[in-house]
This record gives sequence, C-alpha cells and structure tokens, in this order.
Amino acid sequence: MTATAQDTLDAIDRRLLDDFQQDLPVVERPWGVMAEQLGIDEEEVLARLRRLQAAGLISRVGPVFRPNRIGVSTLVAMAVPKQRLDSIAAWISSLPEVNHNYEREHNFNLWFVVTADDQAHLCSVLARIQRHTGLEVLELPMLEDYFIDLGFRLQWT
Amino acid sequence: MSTEHGLIEDPRQMALIAVIQEGLPLVPRPWAVIGARLGMSEDEVMRRVRSLQRDGTIKRLGVVVRHRRLGYRANAMVVWDLPDERVAEVGHRFGRFDFVTLCYRRPRRLPVWPYNLFNMIHGRDRVEVHAWVGEMIVACGLETVPHAVLFSRRSFKQCGARYRFVDLPVDSAERGRAVS
Repeated sequence: MTATAQDTLDAIDRRLLDDFQQDLPVVERPWGVMAEQLGIDEEEVLARLRRLQAAGLISRVGPVFRPNRIGVSTLVAMAVPKQRLDSIAAWISSLPEVNHNYEREHNFNLWFVVTADDQAHLCSVLARIQRHTGLEVLELPMLEDYFIDLGFRLQWT
Repeated sequence: MSTEHGLIEDPRQMALIAVIQEGLPLVPRPWAVIGARLGMSEDEVMRRVRSLQRDGTIKRLGVVVRHRRLGYRANAMVVWDLPDERVAEVGHRFGRFDFVTLCYRRPRRLPVWPYNLFNMIHGRDRVEVHAWVGEMIVACGLETVPHAVLFSRRSFKQCGARYRFVDLPVDSAERGRAVS
C-alpha cells in the first residue's frame, strides 16, 4: 500500500477511522449510534467498515486488552545473523503464540511478542525457540504500563 | 470475575474474551451474534463487556487502525536507560505525548541490554520521528540519558494477541476461529 491510501478516503471514512477508536457504545445496535453521529444510516456504516477492513486500513473493530490480564506475554529480542534472518523470522512467525514480529535496525534485529495461557507455556515456547535457533533469546516482559490508550490520532494531510 | 490485578478465572468471561478478541462481527446486532456462539443472551454479553471495561481489562473498544497502511511508515521503538528512580516519572510523562503509542518499563538485561524504558512512535517518516524524540529529550530533561531509536525495517507478522484458553467450555471447532 502506498502513502496515498489516505487519498481514497472521504470525510465520512476519516471520521470513522478517527472518532470511533474508543467508547464504541455497548448497546444492541452500536453501528446505529455511530450512524446517527455521522448522519448516515446503519447499513452504510457497516458497508464502509467492511470496505475499510477489506482494504487493510483497519484490523478490526473490537476491544484492546490490557496486557497480562488475560494470559501472559513478553517482548522478545534476538540478535540473528543476517544470512539466517529470513528463515528464522519465518519460522518464528509460524508459531501461533507469536504476534508482532518485526525486523528492527539494531544488533538485536528481531523483535516479537509471545503470548501464552500461563507462565509454564510461555517458558516452553521460549525454550523451543532457543533450541531451534541455537541463539540467545532476550526476554523483556512488561513491568509497568505508563500509557493510557486513547487510540491513535490520525493527522490528515 | 477477576482478582484485583491477577488473571481472569471465570470460564464464561474467558470464553467471551476468546471470541471478542477477533473483533465484532459487522452485522446489525453484533453482541447477539457473539452471544449465540457462546450460549449467552445478548444482554449477558453486553453486561460482561461493560464489566471488563469497568475493571480495566478492556483498555478501549472501537476501531483498531493499521498505521502502516494509513501512511505511518516510520515505526520506531525508542529505548532509554533511565536511573531506576526516574523511570516512573518519565514514563508517565511519555505516556501523555500524543505521538507516543505505547510506553512500558521493562527489565534491563546486562551487559547486553541496558535499557529499561520503552516507547513506540508511529510517524510518517524518519525525520518526523527524530524530531519527536528530540522533543521528548528537551521536555523531560534527558540530554544525558542514553537512548536508541530502533526503526522497524520489515513486519513479518502483525496481529493482535491471541489467547487460546485451552480449557474453555467452548466447542473445540470454534476455538481460534475469526468471527466473520
């Protein structure tokens, strides 16, 4: 996708993306409430959300959970030799316990989050990664959360 | 429902979380559809969701955007080596910058990893991200604090955390399947 993805969005799309990142009303017909605020009908809200989702601009409409309230998770960093990065990254992405797997510009060049039902399961996944790759895994669990998530404020250009 | 800061133990609450983490179905009455999958009434689903909001398990409920697809292509993790006694103060200040999208304290792993405060910034380009980091340094007096900016080069996998809940009283065929 190019930086011009924004150009295809009209004013209603932009408000859908910007104004409803929190406080979706927990009522029988939430899209109807949004529709009223936008001055369109419920069916159009649904159609637009489906289109934005199909275009990959929104991942979902739903909850964002506080970390470590349900299940346990940790950020993990690895320093992977360049020539092994693609294959190790692909293998790690294939693990169902892994999400947000990124290459970053640093000696520690592979960063991902491991999520599991409990601590024992989490430890076994980390041990498996270490065994499979023969590389050290740096476990960096969250100790304190300072961020109050109000959604992401988009700046339209 | 849940212990004060601990894990949620109520199996019906966990079953509900397993379903709603995939997002709401885009149908006129999403809570009713979710309820039908779980054997709960629409009313019970809504009551439980409100309770998860009240106790802080749900941080926010709404549209989750994909930054990269919207033109925010410079994604950086910024890490700081702060004196332990300053982490909380600086962390809370970081959390209030509107360009910061996450801010956590994490353990150091000496000698290879000295950094103990992490924040994410999504910017349209690298220049913008560096300017914001400069703003953080000046605003919080961090001129002597070592830091590093780790731009992301490639995203191999990007999805919200998925919780599996192996002991749920949910039909096994339903587990892990997206609501659509």
